[in-house]
Amino acid sequence: MADSVVSVAGLRVRHGGREVLRGIDCEIARGSVTGLLGPSGCGKTTLLRAIVGVQMLTTGTVTVLGEPAGSRELRGRIGYATQNPAEYPDLTVAEALRYFAAVLRAPKSDVDRVVAEVALGDHADALIGTLSGGERSRANLAVALLGAPELLVLDEPTVGLDPLLRDELWTLFGRLAARGTTLLVSSHVLDEASRCERLLLMREGALLAHDEPDELLRRTGTPDLEQAFLFLVRQGASR
Amino acid sequence: MSASVTLATNRRILTQLRHDPRTVVLLLVVPTLLMVLLRFVFNSPEQFGGIAPALLGIFPFTLMFLITSVTTLRERTSGTLERLMTMPIAKLDLLLGYALAFGLLAVVQVALAALVSVTWLGLDVASSVWLLLLVAVLDALLGMALGLFVSAFARTEFQAVQFMPVVVLPQFLLCGLLQPRDEMGLLLSWISDVLPLSYAVDALDRVTHSAEFDGTLVRDLAVVAGSALLALVLGAATLRRRTP
Repeated sequence: MADSVVSVAGLRVRHGGREVLRGIDCEIARGSVTGLLGPSGCGKTTLLRAIVGVQMLTTGTVTVLGEPAGSRELRGRIGYATQNPAEYPDLTVAEALRYFAAVLRAPKSDVDRVVAEVALGDHADALIGTLSGGERSRANLAVALLGAPELLVLDEPTVGLDPLLRDELWTLFGRLAARGTTLLVSSHVLDEASRCERLLLMREGALLAHDEPDELLRRTGTPDLEQAFLFLVRQGASR
Repeated sequence: MSASVTLATNRRILTQLRHDPRTVVLLLVVPTLLMVLLRFVFNSPEQFGGIAPALLGIFPFTLMFLITSVTTLRERTSGTLERLMTMPIAKLDLLLGYALAFGLLAVVQVALAALVSVTWLGLDVASSVWLLLLVAVLDALLGMALGLFVSAFARTEFQAVQFMPVVVLPQFLLCGLLQPRDEMGLLLSWISDVLPLSYAVDALDRVTHSAEFDGTLVRDLAVVAGSALLALVLGAATLRRRTP
């Protein structure tokens, strides 16, 4: 793919005697929202970490924005939000964001922008340690939005959020993609898949499918993604 | 490396401390209280004068070791280190940010303990009090740098705390405070020769008991500063951008 932001080829990761990723190949196009879906423990986080460049690889290559993943040129061009919020509990939301903005050399005005984008305006001066789980995960997401990352890698950003807020975040993701940002969003909730332009379905360290949601339903002849997922798992097992 | 990122890191750590006033008070006051306690335990200015200079270095060394190893371990386990490692920050920016913030604390901590010792507890300093301060701050920085380095080998805060007796106490026993170093057995005196705290304590003794700024003192200071720098560089090597 000529305009791919991420390209993964033959990626294998062994960890603790177990093969966590078993030969992943995929390409992610610029300006799209790609959903990475699969059950808990299937290797989603390891794949995301490999793309961000913090995961030691066993074999295979990961290229991001034309550079090998993890190279110096990429630092600051990728926004990454881990599943467990990586935050300073003894700082306020605004203090933490000001620090990360300084490290990223992002303008100071970015702090107010991202606080508004994740709807944390009322909590900007609250200590992160005193926030609820959902608020913490939004504060975590806010850090990833600082600067103008070309690629956003978000690991389960909507876990524990109320449906209204989830909807707002997905709308935000769509808006970012329309501006040319590429998003890779993982989730173990299949019903979020309909908000993605493309899907990567994953199970036990391998990709089951990489397709548009509608195309996936058509190809498997199933009424919803849950059924499509089951169909693909069974097809894989019988082969 | 970037001065603005180093300073931002320094500011961030000081802000974290500001939200934790209890830690700040403990850090600043404990060495002074211990010096006062020591003075009354001996109840004799001469005996106090013999041991006080060394402890003026050892107390901050120990405290700084403890607080830095726990704080940096927290940065590792909370995921914030990994997040920073995906950003345009040099490892040294982060470590120097820590060194500046805790160094600042060490200066205040040592200044307070030295001030009380000299003005109230009757500690006589043959050379200048400023020189004594400089040596004690260097000792605190050495403790800080060792704490940073050692935090790489601990997985939990529980383990980090237990590195304190492992790293600090043998140096305390062998530094020449309990028994002159040249009266120890050959093996022990060799070990003592390679432990940086021995030079730190030697320097503090020299500064208090002699007005002369001689070559041995320069050597002591160079060894302490060099060890702190080495521990910082080794600490930087333990910060990994990629992990399994």
